[in-house]
Amino acid sequence: MSARLLVQTLRNPTSLPADCDWTGLIAAARAEQLVGSLAFRLEGRKVPERVERLLAMHRADAGRVRVQALWEAEMARRALAPIGIPVVLLKGTAFHAAGLEAAQGRNVGDLDILVPRDSLGEVERALIAHGWERMKEADGYDDLYYRQWMHELPPLIHRERDRMADVHHTILPLTARPKPDAAALIAASIALPDGLRMLSPEDMIVHAAAHLIADGDMAGGLRNLWDIDRLLREFSRVDGFWPRLRERAGRHGLGPAVERAVRLAHDLYATPIPPSWRRWSAMDAPFKRRLLARNGWGQPTRPVTRFGFYVRGHLMRMPPMMLVRHLVTKARAKPDQSVSSTPISSE
Amino acid sequence: MRHGVNLAVGPLSFRVGSAWPGPVAALRHLYAGYPGCETADFTVRLEPVTPWRRWVRPSVAIQGDYVLPDAAPLPLAHGLVAAEMGMNLQMALGERRYLLLHAASVEKDGRALILTGESGAGKSTLAAWLGEHGWRFMGDEFALLEPETGLLFPFPRAVSLKNESIAAMAAFVAGDRFGPRLEGTPKGTIRHIRPNDQAVARMTEPARPALILFPRFGHAAEIRPVGPAEAFMRLTQASTNYVALGQRGFDALTGLVQNCRALALDYPDGAKAAELIELIWAEAAR
Repeated sequence: MSARLLVQTLRNPTSLPADCDWTGLIAAARAEQLVGSLAFRLEGRKVPERVERLLAMHRADAGRVRVQALWEAEMARRALAPIGIPVVLLKGTAFHAAGLEAAQGRNVGDLDILVPRDSLGEVERALIAHGWERMKEADGYDDLYYRQWMHELPPLIHRERDRMADVHHTILPLTARPKPDAAALIAASIALPDGLRMLSPEDMIVHAAAHLIADGDMAGGLRNLWDIDRLLREFSRVDGFWPRLRERAGRHGLGPAVERAVRLAHDLYATPIPPSWRRWSAMDAPFKRRLLARNGWGQPTRPVTRFGFYVRGHLMRMPPMMLVRHLVTKARAKPDQSVSSTPISSE
Repeated sequence: MRHGVNLAVGPLSFRVGSAWPGPVAALRHLYAGYPGCETADFTVRLEPVTPWRRWVRPSVAIQGDYVLPDAAPLPLAHGLVAAEMGMNLQMALGERRYLLLHAASVEKDGRALILTGESGAGKSTLAAWLGEHGWRFMGDEFALLEPETGLLFPFPRAVSLKNESIAAMAAFVAGDRFGPRLEGTPKGTIRHIRPNDQAVARMTEPARPALILFPRFGHAAEIRPVGPAEAFMRLTQASTNYVALGQRGFDALTGLVQNCRALALDYPDGAKAAELIELIWAEAAR
């Protein structure tokens, strides 16, 4: 299992076996969006020459990823500055903007921002006025689904830079059982030097855990868990972090998700955690199985486990009758490409 | 994956895995004499689109380290084309050390001639022809420009000949260098040719670019100068990773067009093109 080799290498880069399957390790790392992180973890280690050339390429590319992510954030800042609302960067862009250790080698796809829910309309209009375009047909099923039930606007894409922007107003779909306190997320956010903001350290972990455990089908889970490991290592150097995290997770109704994410990070990446967080749960095992479901060709494995988490992802997002309606609509709409990509399969 | 082969092409290397034996056997035959490699830069997977399509009307999905979400699958009979497309895709989406130019290239006396243009301009056929007539064939699909040195690296994968070009090349190339004839692919009839021994033996040896040509097949013979600014613009369009390379890409391309002459070459047939290229080369590459 190469996901296991990947996890082991990220956790302890000196542990590589002499007959390491390098091609499998890199294929798994690319499939899990972790090749940049791997390249930095192996910097300065003795690896075959061809592999070193490849890792050096990925380290160099990380610089481009960073510039592109920060530029996208700056473009959004310029577009939204006249409205005068707080714009909170989320996920990878925030890690880069704040210079966190989690940013090292971290790939960034879309720009994710959080804004107050009552300013969504204004934000969307401002972005559209600055070159972003709707990807979903206006008033189509997906568009309306996003607007009614999701924690973000339907995705926008910039017509010149071809980069996507996800505008969030909270961190979980409105149909999910936990109801995070979005106003508290924004109130506790921290100003960055350039006028943008990021979540507080505790909220950043809560968001990462919500994304990993309480939403979706765990696609990209190993990367999200690596984020959590890096963030926990950095944030827990400040006294009182762990009790604050527990308090904050409870406030957002995400106590169990955060605890599970912390335990999994400890289990897979050896994240140092206090004894009071080590309450093992038998239900952690399937999560771990799902996280490691990748072979040395970069292929997904364990279809049954994957399908289980796919179903779980849907059930968490939708009450049963709503799910039935959704699936019927999607099945009927199948020949029409414009509605075939469902918000449910989005990350 | 049940079947697999590792291949080095130029300075890069690939691992191609397949659910069926056919595509791997075809690759092994076509790339006979190429060095293998212990570790590969990129992985390509040829998989059934759904589990049952391994057996029933087998259909090959092109997967790998880097994928296009809406890439169309190919019938198993075109597995070789799928493998080549998969390798190209990894390069186009994943490679960042070299600036990739969608171009053919050949070399003489350590200096490279770059042939670039739209599909159908004839660059594959011209490069393959020149490769059998006193030039070293460097590649027909991608030319790899190293930004730090300005050197052009070869990428001599099998030449993909289309339609009429197949018969034209059969006159110069021994039969055992040809791959199977593939009818009805998205690009028409395709037949691959293994580059000759010299091209393979020297496949990691770079050359300094000396001349850029923009050939166009099917027009009366004409040569026009192309200014550096226009050449630059055309080459940005011919590059698959120009944007991803950022300033390195810009510096590499501006350096290339400043140090190399660029000409547009219209030609009615291969013989005329070859004659004109030799003429231009004697002049331009001095």
